[in-house]
Amino acid sequence: MLVFVIRRTLQSVVVLFAMSLLVFVGVYAVGNPIDILISPQADQIDRERAIAALGLDKPLWAQYLSFLADVAHGDLGRSFVHSTSAIGLILERMPATIELAATAMLIAIVLGIPLGLWAGLKPNGVAGRTIMAGSILGFSLPTFWVGLMLIMVFSVMLGWLPSNGRGETTLLFGVVPVSFTSINGLKHLAMPATNLALFNLALLIRLTRAGAHEALLQDYVKFARAKGLTNARVIGVHVLRNILIPIVTVIGLQFGSLIGFAIVTESVFAWPGMGKLLIDSIGVLDRPVIVAYLLVIVTVFIVINLIVDVLYSALDPRVRLTESQG
Amino acid sequence: MNGLRRARRQEGEKDSPSAHGAAESPFRRIVADFLANPVAVFGLALLGAIVFLAMFAPLLSPQNPYDLAQLDVMDGRLPPGSPSPSGGTYWLGTDDQGRDMLSAIFYGLRISLAVGVTATVLALVIGLAMGLAAAYVGGRVEALIMRIVDIQLSFPAILIALILIAVLGQGTGRVIAALVTVQWAYYARTVRGAALVEKRKEYMEAARCVALPPSRIVFGHLLPNCMPPMIVVATVQVAAAIALEATLSFLGLGLPITEPSLGLLIANGYQYLLSGKYWISFFPGIALLCTIVSINLVADQLRDVLNPRLQR
Repeated sequence: MLVFVIRRTLQSVVVLFAMSLLVFVGVYAVGNPIDILISPQADQIDRERAIAALGLDKPLWAQYLSFLADVAHGDLGRSFVHSTSAIGLILERMPATIELAATAMLIAIVLGIPLGLWAGLKPNGVAGRTIMAGSILGFSLPTFWVGLMLIMVFSVMLGWLPSNGRGETTLLFGVVPVSFTSINGLKHLAMPATNLALFNLALLIRLTRAGAHEALLQDYVKFARAKGLTNARVIGVHVLRNILIPIVTVIGLQFGSLIGFAIVTESVFAWPGMGKLLIDSIGVLDRPVIVAYLLVIVTVFIVINLIVDVLYSALDPRVRLTESQG
Repeated sequence: MNGLRRARRQEGEKDSPSAHGAAESPFRRIVADFLANPVAVFGLALLGAIVFLAMFAPLLSPQNPYDLAQLDVMDGRLPPGSPSPSGGTYWLGTDDQGRDMLSAIFYGLRISLAVGVTATVLALVIGLAMGLAAAYVGGRVEALIMRIVDIQLSFPAILIALILIAVLGQGTGRVIAALVTVQWAYYARTVRGAALVEKRKEYMEAARCVALPPSRIVFGHLLPNCMPPMIVVATVQVAAAIALEATLSFLGLGLPITEPSLGLLIANGYQYLLSGKYWISFFPGIALLCTIVSINLVADQLRDVLNPRLQR
């Protein structure tokens, strides 16, 4: 177990390193941020002074090395546009993204598992078929378009919900700003979270249904029924507990992808999170922020994957944590 | 050559017990199984109609939406059903440039499908090569390829595509490159799994025993038998590629304005949505939705039909 965690961590460092090099070189090759940052009226001397101030006059390898040295000190560079530290900008927006992703996951779990269970237990009923048809739609609907349609219906036509921003935020534990503590904040949170939840809702429905479908044919279910247990107990205890292992794994892994997909939802609803920051930064070629965002998100993913793997072995004693071949 | 092909077909029949009883060809059985599900047939018909519209868009559209001589800004943002100056009707309204939305959607479908299919075919070829190499060569090559696949698949597609666009810059070729990079890993993993199973079967051993050259074994025997799962993955991935391209274009990081795909049409209508002019974003979205749903319906049925474990 310990060996596994250590090996995975070392491997992750290699991945992070390769990623930083790739992105750094790649972003460097695209366009010149100076053209965007400095007004065309500026004279040559001003231009050169700005280039030198941003360190853009040095060769690429020197820029990368000084970047690495800064990273070692916990500094991922300064944003060209905001002229504050890039990592600070990202951490400042991280709570908004995490709140959005967590709410979306909650919606998906609360609705997805019961609906999937229903569809799995009564696969040929009208409700079961409707749920499954709905889940195909959930997979097929492009997230950004659903977001637009939500805005059209609930903001423009009905005027019930605000179409952008986070609304009022209050400080949780005195440091983390959150929206879910006020009515106004909840109203702002409702549409983006629903929008982001749709894909995972469909996924959880399908997963739960498949699990329930399979579990019902197993001997232990037949045995439980033969013992004369009530239907509620057979399903609630015996079936649910056995299908929960893959579901928990997927929930863990999908949390990372929610943070990734939040980029789209945040752009549609002007939600001030990390994803929107990335899109804005790509638009103005704010290199330090792009590189810092990617390093942060890769780290988040590596940590999530590691936690899920460890949790998986804790939940299912049949799984041994060894480095798989290939 | 003919004899060999017949021999191979017999090998195939040995694998699928259902083909024993009836004297029908596997292809005919697959078609019959596919047509047995009315929902899948509906999906196929819808997909056929969409492909037809996309292919013949210039002939079927009421106007050429990108010929400036045919556009009049005075016709801009007309609601659906408004009469057009040439005596026709703007069934789906017009956009801010006075473009007929119906025509714009036909042309947009063309671009979206072309980009999606091109990316899928390229990714399929690369993924097949990588996956087969991994399964057939084994050892370090396999470990390296599959490690890259594992790492890549642990990140969501949209994130990888955005990183690539940030790194590569924008443009049609670059969007396709990003889609291919996102997708090859799915094929590599699928084909490796299938190839590892096939590799242990007797016909592969027989092929090796008669000392066929490796290229013949891989392309003549291994590859054809790995195709069924690949077809299913490829169908699903066409839909995924179209959706991803639309998302990137909507975010302003996809195709250039000169290639107005459905995603760009939707993005174009976004600013008018808040003033109640829904049709500029709504109808292209419906077209996108129909395309993706029809492909997914077909893929769902293909998965069942091509899966030997589910054969009755």
